[in-house]
Amino acid sequence: MKQFAELVYTIGTSTKTNEKLQSLQDYFATAPAKDMVWVIAVFSGRRPKRIVNSTFLKNLCIEICDIPYWLFEECYHTVGDLGETIALLLPETENVNAEEKTLSYYLEHFISILKESDEVKKAFILDSWNQMDRNEKFVFNKLITGGFRIGVSQTIMVKALAKTKAVSPSVIAHRISGNWDPATTTADDLLSESSSTIDHSKPYPFYLSYAVEGEPAALGDINEWTAEWKWDGIRGQIIKRNNELFVWSRGEELVTEKFPEYDGFASTLPDGLVLDGEIICLDTSAVDGSIKPLPFSVLQTRISRKNISKKQLTEAPVGFIAYDILEFEGKDLREEAFINRRKLLEEMVESFNHPLLLISPTLQVDDWKELHTERATSREKGSEGLMLKRNNSPYLSGRKKGDWWKWKIDALTIDAVMIYAQKGHGRRSNLYTDYTFAVKDGDKLVSFAKAYSGLTDKEFAQVDSFVKRNSMEKFGPVRTVKPELVFEIAFEGIAASNRHKSGVALRFPRMSRWRKDKKVDEINTLDDLKEMLRVYNAGV
Amino acid sequence: MPLIEFTDKGLYCPQGQFYIDPWKPVDKAVITHAHSDHARWGSKYYLCHTLTKPILQLRLGDNQYETVEWNEPVTMNGVKISLHPAGHIIGSSQIRVEYGGEVWVVSGDYKTENDGISGAFEPVRCHTFITESTFGLPIYKWKPQPEIFSDIKAWVTANHAAGKTSVLIAYSLGKAQRILSPLAETGLPTFLHGAVHNVHEALMASGIHLPAAQRVTASTTKAETQGNIVIAPSGADGSPWVKRFSPYSVGVCSGWMQVRGNSRRQNVDAGFALSDHADWDGLLQAVKATGAEKVFATHGFQATFSRYLNEHGIEAAEVKTEYGNDEEETIEDTEKSTAL
Repeated sequence: MKQFAELVYTIGTSTKTNEKLQSLQDYFATAPAKDMVWVIAVFSGRRPKRIVNSTFLKNLCIEICDIPYWLFEECYHTVGDLGETIALLLPETENVNAEEKTLSYYLEHFISILKESDEVKKAFILDSWNQMDRNEKFVFNKLITGGFRIGVSQTIMVKALAKTKAVSPSVIAHRISGNWDPATTTADDLLSESSSTIDHSKPYPFYLSYAVEGEPAALGDINEWTAEWKWDGIRGQIIKRNNELFVWSRGEELVTEKFPEYDGFASTLPDGLVLDGEIICLDTSAVDGSIKPLPFSVLQTRISRKNISKKQLTEAPVGFIAYDILEFEGKDLREEAFINRRKLLEEMVESFNHPLLLISPTLQVDDWKELHTERATSREKGSEGLMLKRNNSPYLSGRKKGDWWKWKIDALTIDAVMIYAQKGHGRRSNLYTDYTFAVKDGDKLVSFAKAYSGLTDKEFAQVDSFVKRNSMEKFGPVRTVKPELVFEIAFEGIAASNRHKSGVALRFPRMSRWRKDKKVDEINTLDDLKEMLRVYNAGV
Repeated sequence: MPLIEFTDKGLYCPQGQFYIDPWKPVDKAVITHAHSDHARWGSKYYLCHTLTKPILQLRLGDNQYETVEWNEPVTMNGVKISLHPAGHIIGSSQIRVEYGGEVWVVSGDYKTENDGISGAFEPVRCHTFITESTFGLPIYKWKPQPEIFSDIKAWVTANHAAGKTSVLIAYSLGKAQRILSPLAETGLPTFLHGAVHNVHEALMASGIHLPAAQRVTASTTKAETQGNIVIAPSGADGSPWVKRFSPYSVGVCSGWMQVRGNSRRQNVDAGFALSDHADWDGLLQAVKATGAEKVFATHGFQATFSRYLNEHGIEAAEVKTEYGNDEEETIEDTEKSTAL
């Protein structure tokens, strides 16, 4: 555990990617094989089920430290991380690591006591804390509470493994994807050549694009490119192998069971097939057969539901808009040129002829200027802009520059005033960085959005200082702030919502500009927002 | 009439007609220590500790200064004033104010651990105690100084072995002097940023012995600094000035480094939770040692700290002051250090 805690510490404090990479490589070279499997699992979101919830852990800490509940909460809002707060509050351990235990010991112990009583769990946690230094306690707490975001991306881990095993990163990325249980998988099972074909559910690593920089005309001859709409759903892969259907989301989550609409695909899609596309709610009322995707908010409410009503299934079923074909008749097509894959995809989708499996249409244009004009109609089509793909490009893994670009439409914007602030998390600990914004409604201010990104560190420091000097009331961690600072809020879409006082919900709101030139009485109104809702939510 | 009032110019003793650490120009100012949020420009008369004066002169220029030693009372309009070690930085003092049998103590900034150069914090019995609360949360519990120093030395030695210069970010006044001795134990030469060196010189000139260190000047060569140690104020971090030491590693000495998010935000290579302020246990211990019936908590987590005291049978209230700029000193300290 000590070794793992040191790895986490180095990665967490290092500012250089190369150092992180090196420390991971060093770790993989020396760690016990079983720990290595667990590290891969932990850093790729495959932690064991949490044995206790965070309230349990919090209460245990409060009990040991003998501090009031409210004081714990104050500490937590300042630190911005529950596992770290607890590690800082717990008394120093007298005899650290009387007996060193491995990472796998702890994680496998979590699994074995999952069904045990609270007393058993409590005893295990206390006993573990009693043997750890502060660093180890932090890591241990993070393993229990989840959300292991400590500054290591899956990409870095894949790179480190690739170097350790001397194979290409894309091979590693594929091997560690899909469905595997760290408790029963050995390092050899996971990483050796022969075993990679055993799991039929494995998706390919997604190819992700960067935003186009400047004018797309700089990309050269438009005839070498294909342009298609960019849809706002959940990127996913549909896999049919060995007569079984698997649906993966981009977050590498197996979501097959969430979408009963896809059940029909299992028996009818050809075997040995992998499609890349967008999981998205569709409006089935269109008579002309055109794609009418519904806003992301429809999909969002749908995902959070356990049981799906008949009405939802008929009125807003989840469809799949296919972008690409990665495997056909069991053959990996990723090295083929995009244009060839696209042709195959068109034939496949057409012959399959299923109302919920669509192909993302391409735009037929002669020059970049014409494409500009088409892009301007994105919002009416329910799309968030365009994707540009080089005709002869292979399907790469991860976010890469060069062959694929996203060219999103400009965001919608509205000027609003900050009215509440809350301290942030992680590197924003003890800084007020999470704000709530309001527009005018007559004499009143109505809150309509929360945002916590878009400012520079320096601007955040300035706003933080303003909040500390101008807060009026305190509601738990939230401070009411004198309505004075005006920001331009940018967002990707707007939908009606009865969960918000303002009656609207924004998609991806962030601060695009600090309008130091504007006063509170110059901000937008609730009517402006409603007008936007009317214009941009119409026809969807 | 309370012995000390909270006014828009600062803490005021109406009977003695003097202010303590005023943030606006006044006739008579009693100064706890020479940090710029406590010792401000423009007053007609300053009373401070002997060791505080050279820094005030450096920063505020020539003024009417009167100095006293610790435990050497002076009287202003019948009010007895004495200074007592606060352990924060060199010369830092608590101010004890007595009139008609009533005693108030203004802590200024303080720490309870003896750092070996600032004088050992002395608990002073009083009826009313005005305390700082910069680190008034139980997550702030400092490691003992020797442990932190050995962490710093190990880091410096490792950098040296890797051919990298160790750039230590520390406040020009206080932390910079505090780390000099342990750094000298590494046997590596130490270089000082101009702002740090100015303070260094002023203190040396007033008879304080500090380990030898050289000023970084335009003619300082890379060969001289490479693999060695540089101490700079926080304003220097990330500046073109610091780039000249490349390859280098940056380590920040600050209590805020206790929380990972803070060190990640500052993008530093190493964070050492070395503070010149009392930690949670230090604050509680100090408050209890005064035996005060009433406590006012200022600059820091004053709301939290006073609520905790109230729940534990000590009457406390929070007071807003302009010291330390509320909960986060780091930003203002950047300006403070560069201004020096």
